[in-house]
Parts: sequence; structure tokens; C-alpha cells
Amino acid sequence: MMANLPSSPALRRTLSLAPALGVIGIFMLIPVCIIAVFSFLEAKSFGGVVWSFSTDAYVQLLYERALDDSLMLSPGYLIIIWRSFLLAGIAMLCCLVVGFPVAYFISRQPLQHRNMWILLITIPFWTNQLVRTFAWIIILGRNGIIEAPFHWVGILGSDDTLGLMYSNFAIAVGLTYTFIPLMVLPIYASLEKLDFTLVEAAADLYSSKWEAFSKVIIPLSKPGIIAGCLLVFIPSLGAFIQPDLLGGGKNMMLGTLVQFQFSTARNWPFGAAIAMILLAAVVIFLMIYARAARGQQKMELH
Amino acid sequence: MAAIEHSKRKKRRAFGEVPGLGALAIAFMMFLYLPILVLVVYSFNAGNIVMVWTGFSTEWYARAFANEDIRKAAINSLVVATSATAIATTCATLAALALARGGSFKGKGATVGIITLPLMVPEIVTAVAMLVFFSNIGLNFGLGNVILAHVTFCIPFAFMPIRARLDGMDTTLEQASRDLYASDWETFRLVTLPQLMPGVLAGAMLSFVISMDDFIITLMVAGAGDTTLPVYIYSMIRQGITPEINAVSSILLLFSIVLVTAYWFVTRTKPDGKNH
Amino acid sequence: MSVAQAAALPIAERARAAVELENVEKTYGTGKSAVKALKGVSFDIADNEFFTLLGPSGCGKTTLLRALAGFESVTAGTIRLFGEDIVDVPTYKRSINTVFQHYSLFPHMSVAENVAYGLKRLKKSKSEIEATVADTLELVKMTDFAGRLPAQLSGGQQQRVALARALAPHPKVLLLDEPLSALDLKLRQSMRQELKQIQARTGITFIFVTHDQDEALSMSDRVAVMSAGYVQQVGTPNEIYEHPANRFVAGFVGDANFIDAQITSPVGAIVTCRTEGGAVLQADARNLLEGQRDVTLFLRPEKVKLAKAGSATVDGEITDIQYLGNSTMMHIDIGEAEPLVVTEPLGEVDQRLRQVGDRVGVILSPSALQILVE
Repeated sequence: MMANLPSSPALRRTLSLAPALGVIGIFMLIPVCIIAVFSFLEAKSFGGVVWSFSTDAYVQLLYERALDDSLMLSPGYLIIIWRSFLLAGIAMLCCLVVGFPVAYFISRQPLQHRNMWILLITIPFWTNQLVRTFAWIIILGRNGIIEAPFHWVGILGSDDTLGLMYSNFAIAVGLTYTFIPLMVLPIYASLEKLDFTLVEAAADLYSSKWEAFSKVIIPLSKPGIIAGCLLVFIPSLGAFIQPDLLGGGKNMMLGTLVQFQFSTARNWPFGAAIAMILLAAVVIFLMIYARAARGQQKMELH
Repeated sequence: MAAIEHSKRKKRRAFGEVPGLGALAIAFMMFLYLPILVLVVYSFNAGNIVMVWTGFSTEWYARAFANEDIRKAAINSLVVATSATAIATTCATLAALALARGGSFKGKGATVGIITLPLMVPEIVTAVAMLVFFSNIGLNFGLGNVILAHVTFCIPFAFMPIRARLDGMDTTLEQASRDLYASDWETFRLVTLPQLMPGVLAGAMLSFVISMDDFIITLMVAGAGDTTLPVYIYSMIRQGITPEINAVSSILLLFSIVLVTAYWFVTRTKPDGKNH
Repeated sequence: MSVAQAAALPIAERARAAVELENVEKTYGTGKSAVKALKGVSFDIADNEFFTLLGPSGCGKTTLLRALAGFESVTAGTIRLFGEDIVDVPTYKRSINTVFQHYSLFPHMSVAENVAYGLKRLKKSKSEIEATVADTLELVKMTDFAGRLPAQLSGGQQQRVALARALAPHPKVLLLDEPLSALDLKLRQSMRQELKQIQARTGITFIFVTHDQDEALSMSDRVAVMSAGYVQQVGTPNEIYEHPANRFVAGFVGDANFIDAQITSPVGAIVTCRTEGGAVLQADARNLLEGQRDVTLFLRPEKVKLAKAGSATVDGEITDIQYLGNSTMMHIDIGEAEPLVVTEPLGEVDQRLRQVGDRVGVILSPSALQILVE
């Protein structure tokens, strides 16, 4: 049993950090670098790569090779990219519109109740995403909860369906449902810190309710709003479960597209390229957030 | 005095209250829990087709428990979660101690960035990256691959509560311990670690839940015999929807809910500002 | 001999000093942003002494205490504990214990376990630990609380346990970092007595840090007054109060009047000066330097006596009167830069007769007026 740990504090610190950094470095940083490299390599027929430089993967995003080897603009993949951004954006907006009032409501509750509300919102978030999304298949699907009344009443025949499932709509619902706690919690955290006497001061100075809301509450809860939007948008962008279960084969998003390349299509460089694009988009949004956060800090410091 | 306070409070609520907000919040809660409720209720459906209710039955639970594949997947999940939690919590504790007590050094920000990296990289990207890594390096430890992958993304989840607990700890206690003739190791063992325990426990619980629930990374990384419960549920959904899926899902849900509630109780700060 | 007498002897003659500080310096940071918290601190602390470090916040007293405990390293100088150089000795090997300002009791251990902590680390036998813990708890009157947790104790009780914990291993020196600052007034006053008694009973050298001059004066055998990293004066409470070494000490410990003057004729132990306002005063020549002509005279408010106008050293007009309960504080304008602050104890004269605007005679005796070293 050691009586004394290694003497140098710097050495001790490095040894302490080594396991965590080592694991993440080896099993995450290096692999991500590897697929970055892979995206610039040639694809081998049944998976794997040929070690020769090629931008085919990225070209494939925009163009298709015709039989005479000329390039034709092929919108297929661009549509997938567009759908990903669109649905992530819609999910983010829905979460914001519903989540902000809920967060505001909770922040106005007495302290003991607030913790209860937060716990209740947190619980579903920590349960299995797959399972929760599966529940929506039951709800939206043919003969599901929503459709069933229509069948009983006779509006829909036994073979018809409302067509809620396997659509962009279903994916959006799934994304909103999965990530809405991530919108509520940061906004709540921001609103909780809000000094409500500021709103009273606004009222004292002749603001209407709407003005107090837009000129006092919203600006002061901006950090929470931004955090919440990012926490919903970014995972939605790269989501797999929702488009896979609720979208069907025709409504692919970036997440399912990547997975497809590594399973059925066996085009590793292409899959890597898409993954890189997804990663790049996330990094860009995070940098925007970081800059916005720094600006916010400056405002709060004065 | 009390009367003035009370009327002030009343005025504040009256001013800040928006009508109908309470109803919205309740509707929201229903929206949040209804799918879960539906899932659980239909797991007791006697009939074959999930959506058509034919009567109450626990048959599907019986089938789920008897299903050899499900049992194997469940055991795999538990083994992976336990191992990954143990390793990740240890790594995270060591890292948190180094960052909170090690003073400032060049690259401290970058270090924290790397530790929380798994939280920021989209899961699908991590998943395929690991797949490529494992197959190219030729590493094949079977379930060990899955465990390594899980450790990687569990570390930041374990790290956060531990770091938070360390930051809130009173450093003069460690000074007092040294003042009273305790060596560094004794101070760590007798003063720091007991104080840290609630944070470590919270980190472990978080890590366990995250590992149990992981799907996409496990899907890509796991080999044929290394299925975990979420991956198995996925394959069941792909094959055709029966209430058996509901049954297994409900069990998994219950497990997560119990763990999260326990976690919440452990980390809750009591009115006097301390916990435990 | 008394502690004060012993302290006045040259080092070689007296019993080995408990603590010897020689040119101790502590600098934080480097280059332009460096902060010198301790500058050339040198003095000794005798064995079995109740010694106080007194000064305003930021003066370095806490830094010095922490350097003694080992929580801070020194940038230069030596610290000797009973002759042994401890500058490079780590905290847990120094036979010095600390009573922390906010007690810092281990929250997950009971009172008895807290008190036993140091003894256990020193690998004392179980029977010895039990006996010492019992004795120490009795010394601080906390025997009945042995099984309780710190969270269940009041502030004053926690403070006693902190004291017991630091005393139990019987260190060579006990450091106390403003331990009474968090207590309310009445409790503070009773604790002062208790601390003094405990120090006398245990015979351990106490080094006490405070910014409260009343505490320093009432409890200590000797006091070191510090300011801005320097030691301004080391002496008994009486010496510090009656014969402050410089303007800072004079102003920090108690109230003080300062009068600028010029020497007109030195007459042995007493010197005559002429003030800026034209008054002729006689002062104690003790601190007068060779060839010094411009001096600052220093005078305590309670050393001023009042008489009828025209019958004393100078005349003045009362500009302010404050009733303080057991005394009256007056501001009297005697034609100098600042009005004189005078306190008259209750009962000497019927204070109700004094009014703002009255002309009075102010008696300034040579024994009350001192020359200050800047």
C-alpha cells in the first residue's frame, strides 16, 4: 500500500488523466480521423477500402456517372441532406414553441413542486430512445391508436390508412417527442435564474405584458433558448432511430444514409464522406454557439 | 410583515401568470407519458396484433422471459453495462481529480474538451468510426469490443457529476487532514473519497443507464453473438411487430425509470444545501 | 521570569524559542503581476507563549500562519521550530496543528472521531487515543457530544471541537486562524477567557491571528502588529498600546491624535516643541533621533485632561460631543490641523454640563505626548 503517491504533482496529474484521455483518444479520436481519411479513398466492392486517393465519395453526393462516364447532377442525396436539416429545424421549432411555455410555467411554481416537474420531464428522456420511438409506431401506424377510431366509425375502410406513418410528418413527431426534454431543461435553468423583479420593474415603467415578455424575459433567457435549440437540432440532424423506424425506406436522413452505406450498400468511403459532412455541420453550429455564448458572457459581466 | 409578503407574492403570481399555461403544462406531460403508457398497456394485449386489443394477458411477458435469445441479450446488456460502468467511472474519477485538484496547466481546456467529446460528436459518426476502427485494426474481443465502445461514451457521463461534486467540496478539509499528520494517500482515502462518494455513485448510475440504453453504437460495433437488449428489440421490430416487443420494452423502461429516480434521490440537495 | 522578560533576553540566553522567523518572504506570481505578501519578517515566539498576529486584512498575517502550518511555501528566509528548520518539511510531518477559521470538521465523522483523527495518523495505541480524546473533550467541555456529527452542532460547539481536534495530538505549536470571528459578541468574549485558560493549562505555544485589537490586547502575552507584509512592531500589549513604534501601530491599535511640531529645545528626557498651530508643548523624548527637528507627536484620547479655559497647556473649543455610555468622546479644536479627540470617563466631571461651543483648557502632559517614528 503506497504511503505516498508519486511525488511530482505534474506527474500525478498526467497519470490520473491518462486512462480517460487514452480511452477516448484511442477509441474515438483516432477512429474519427480514420474515417476522415477513408472518405478520400476508393471503395472496395464488398466493403472496405482500396488505398488510393479519390474524391469519388464526395462527388457521389452531387453527381452520378452516366453510362458514358460524364457527370450528371443527381439530387437524390441532396434531398436527403435537405430533409435532415428541414426535419431537424422543424423539430427544433416545435420543441421551442411547446417547450418555452412549459419551462416558464415550471419556473413560476413553488420550489418543491418544481423539482417534481423536472424529475417527471427527465425520466422519459433517460429511457431507451428505441423503445420510445417504437411506441409511436403503435400510435401512428395502420390500425394504431389514432387511426382506430376512424376505422370504427367507418370513415376508413379496413384496408385504408391515414398514412401518418412512414412520412416526414412521423419523423418530425418522433424527433420532437424524443428531444423536447432537452429544450425544456436549459430554458428552465435560464428562467429559474431570472430575477422576476426585473419584469415587475418593466411593468412599473408602463410595459404591457407582451412588451415585458419580449423585451425582458426573452433576452434574459436567451442562453437557455440557444442551448435548448442546439441540444435538439444537433442530435436530430444525425438521428438514426426516428427516420429508420418512422420514415420507412423512402424518407432517409443523414443518419440512416450513413448506416446504410456500412451495412447494405457497402460503400465505406461514401458513408465516411457523409459522416464527415454531418460532423462538419455539427462543429459549425457548435462554433456559432460558442461565439454567441461568449457575447452573452460579455453582456452579463458589465 | 407576513401579510405584506403574502400580498406581494400574490401580486407577483398574478402578474406573471399567463392563463391556460397550467393546462398546457399538463397536456405536455400527457404527451410525454402517453406513448410510454400505450406501450405498457398493449404489452398486456392477449391478441397477436399489437394495435387490436383482444383482452388482458401476461402471456407475452412469459414468452419474453422464456425466450432464450432475449435472456442472452439481457445478460449481455447487463455485463456490458456493469463492466463499462466500472471502468468508465474509475477513469472519470481519476480525470476529475486531476482536473479539479491538479492546478492549472497548459491545455486544460483542451483536456476537458476531449473528455466531453463523445457528447458532441453525433452518435452515428462515432458508431461507424468505431466499426471501421475495430475491423481495420483487427481487434476482436467479442463482447469486449462493445464494452470498450461503451466505456468511451460513458466516461463523460460519469465525469460530469463527479466533477460537479469535487468543485463543490470544501478544500480546507483536505488541508485539515494534512495538518493532522495524514499522508496524501491517507487524506485521499479517509477524507476526499468519502466526501466524493455521492458524486461517484451518481456518475456510475448515469453511466449504467446510458450503457443499457445505447443502440446505434452497439448496433454497428457488436458482432453476431454479442447482441444487447436494445439491438435485439430492433431486430424484433424489423421482423414484425408483436406484443412481445412491448413486453421486453416495458421491462427495459421500468429498469431505466427505477435507476433514474434513484439517481435523482442521490443527487438531490437537501434544504440545508448539503446532500447525504 | 515572565514571558515578556524572557523575550527581551538575547536568543542564546533564554530557553530555546518555540518559533524563530528569519527574513521570511512570500511572493505570489511572477514578473509584473507579482504580489509580495510577506516582506522580510523576522521575530521569535517563546515557548508557552500566547502570541497574536494582529493586522488589517491583507497585511499578511494569514499568509504567515499558513506558512507556519505548511500550507504555503516561503520564497525566502528560514522558519525554525524549536531550533529545527521546517521550511522544507511537509505539512503532515510538522508538529504544528491548526484551528481553522470555519472549523473544517470532517462532516462524515463524529466529534470523537474528528478529535481522534490526528492521534490515529500518528499511530498511537488504542488505549492512549481513547484516554487523550476523553481528556481533550473534557478540556473544551464537549464530553457529552462525543457521538454527534458536526452538522448537529452549533457554531460555538463546532469551534470547541476544532480546538480539541488540534490539541489532542499535543503539538509543539497551535495555530488559530481568526477562530472567534464567526461567533457573536457575548460568545466571543467568553471564548477569549477559555482560550487563555486552555493555553495556560496545556502549556502549548498558541499563535493567534486576528484583526480585532481588543482580542489581541486582552488575550496575548505578546503581539506582532503587521501591515502590508511587514511586521510593524512586536511587543507586549502594554508596549504596543502605550509606546507604539510608528504611526500605523498608533492608529491601528486604539484611537490616536497626531500633532505635527518642530523641536525647539531638547532637555534630556523631555523635549520642547512648537506645533504648527503655535502651541508650545513638552513631550517624551524617548524616540527622538539624532538631529531630528520635524516630529509627529502622538497622544491617546484618554490621556487628555480637561480644565477651565486659560488654566492649562492650550485652550480649545468643543466642536462635537458623543455620549458612549461609559465615557464621553469629544472633538476639541485647539488650532491644529485636526481637532483633538478626547475621551472622558463617566463620573469625573458632570458631562451634562459640557456643550458644543464651550471653551476648555486642555492639559497635555509630557508623559502623555510621545514622539512617533514614521
